[in-house]
Amino acid sequence: MTEVAEKIRAKAAELLAGGTVELVLGYEKGTVPLRTTPCFVRDAADVGRLVWNGSCENNLAQFLIKRPGRAAVVAKGCDSRALVALMRENQIQRDQVFIIGVPCTGMIDRRKVEKILAGRELVEAAEEGGRLVLKGHGFTESVPLAEVVHETCATCRHPNPVVYDVLIGEEVPPKDAPRYTLVERLEAMTVAERDAFWAREMQKCIRCYACRQACPMCYCSECFVDCTRPAWIGKTDDPGDTLLFHAGRAYHLAGRCVECGACDRACPMGVNQFLLLRKINKDVEDMYGYSAGLRVEDTPALATFNPDDPQAFLTE
Amino acid sequence: MKKIKGEDLTALIDRLASTRTVYAPVLEPGEAYYAYRPVTAGREAALDFGNTRVSVKQLFLPRSERLFSYRTEGENKVFDVPSTTERRVVFGVRPCDARSLTMLDGVFQNDRYADPYYLGRRKNTVLVGLGCAAPSATCFCTSLGGGPFDTAGLDVLLTPVPGGYLVETLTDAGKALMEDASLTDATAEEEAQAAGTKAEATRQADTLPLDGLKERLDVAFDHPVWAQIPEKCLGCGVCTFLCPTCHCFDVCDAGNSEAGSRERIWDSCLFPLYTLHASGHNPRPTAKERYRQRVMHKFKYFVDRLGCTACVGCGRCVVNCPVNLDIREVTKTIRDQITGG
Repeated sequence: MTEVAEKIRAKAAELLAGGTVELVLGYEKGTVPLRTTPCFVRDAADVGRLVWNGSCENNLAQFLIKRPGRAAVVAKGCDSRALVALMRENQIQRDQVFIIGVPCTGMIDRRKVEKILAGRELVEAAEEGGRLVLKGHGFTESVPLAEVVHETCATCRHPNPVVYDVLIGEEVPPKDAPRYTLVERLEAMTVAERDAFWAREMQKCIRCYACRQACPMCYCSECFVDCTRPAWIGKTDDPGDTLLFHAGRAYHLAGRCVECGACDRACPMGVNQFLLLRKINKDVEDMYGYSAGLRVEDTPALATFNPDDPQAFLTE
Repeated sequence: MKKIKGEDLTALIDRLASTRTVYAPVLEPGEAYYAYRPVTAGREAALDFGNTRVSVKQLFLPRSERLFSYRTEGENKVFDVPSTTERRVVFGVRPCDARSLTMLDGVFQNDRYADPYYLGRRKNTVLVGLGCAAPSATCFCTSLGGGPFDTAGLDVLLTPVPGGYLVETLTDAGKALMEDASLTDATAEEEAQAAGTKAEATRQADTLPLDGLKERLDVAFDHPVWAQIPEKCLGCGVCTFLCPTCHCFDVCDAGNSEAGSRERIWDSCLFPLYTLHASGHNPRPTAKERYRQRVMHKFKYFVDRLGCTACVGCGRCVVNCPVNLDIREVTKTIRDQITGG
């Protein structure tokens, strides 16, 4: 971990000092345990702020959308997929970005750790030999890291950056854990059960739009939720309106979602919204054999017509 | 001082729940956070919690509330205004949250305006506070003039001692509420324990010093620091929605000429729509102007208008910001980079 951080710092210093980029976007230590925070470095003298650990969960790709000037960015596998998808949609120019790719072994899910702590306060956390050591007032315990990484990480097929200018750290094997267990459970439910499931999830939502704001692919200058003339959907606590927001967002991401899970990570209320996207990602894969953000030259699933598409869903 | 045993407090909640609506912190199913929910029995109330994810403000200024509805009956329009006369008790209110309500009172009742919805709920709600024996590392109430056992805004304050709580009744409503509770006289030992707990809990680091902050903000509107501070801000509403003192709202109408309603919903100064004019012009076009507004409102405008800082140091924004944009760091940057006026 520290070795990777050292290499990131050295590369950042080189890029800034040589004038290759004017900004390096990475992660620095956060103010609470298990947090890092996005770090904007403009001076080679400041590269010491950059860190690398299991809490670098933010997807930094969105900070590069339409940003003037040349910037370098630290990118995990999912972040690199967001960069590719954004390049494909002409939001980021490849020659304006220097990608410092870092293979990712999985990012820690604070919600999972909170559940383990069950109300006890975490004072310090450290990653040691594949385990996460949690320290608080009067307790020290450790859990396997594999048990506390985000669901998206535990099932990640692209932990290594799909595009980069320099790769720092050893490539890691993709996870072969089934990605659609939860989706299949959802699909197996009756309509009434599914209704009840989503009603409960929607009841948690406070409509703070952290999911939308954290999503690298949600960059519309005017979101359909914010339109007032006409007002497409209501803004009250009506569960139907809240579901319409999440469902509408999910549909807008069909064939575009890069599976980074930034939406779930940003949500303060634990709404399982990424599950909707998982379902749509699965459908896009089944119907079009397409996953977003893998190759810049791919035409997005919903921007192409192929006579060989399995079109059963259109004719059945 | 009086004491109530844990089981007697449970029994009191049981009894109260039969005559009025009782709210208490409840663990959200499947999650690791607490939320205020109506409870029908004392055993449902969780009083060993840190603090609720969403502050107590949601019981007075709900995320979304109907201001009135209308329908057509023959030639006439009939209006229905929801009542706020329901008698309510809230158990387990942390002192920071209770203090925030004293600030919101000044917003919703002033020389120009009295908000019947908020004030109706305030008048009909009794607040039973729970002192914080173990404040979190992200708590900084003492920096803002509060404290883990502060009584501002509360009707009753409970202080945890082994086997129960010491009871301080602070208002007539609080006295009336505790009248039929089984109280005993606390022993000298219990009072000493409570005093020890308070002293220990109050020993927080001064992590958001106010000294000189307002003076700097008075001259800082055009300072370049505002371009730098919110660079990582996502522009979501987490900090404002979870904040106990943020109170901005939007009003929206739904329906047609025959029937419909007017609703009030939470709004956030961090949303572009918040200041978007009908013309399409937006006087706060970027995160710089929007985030500046949030900081200015809390630490300058509110002080100018109501004489206190609109932050109670609950730490919700620190814990829940998706990018860990920490208000303690933000104010430190302001103090470091701006010269006072």
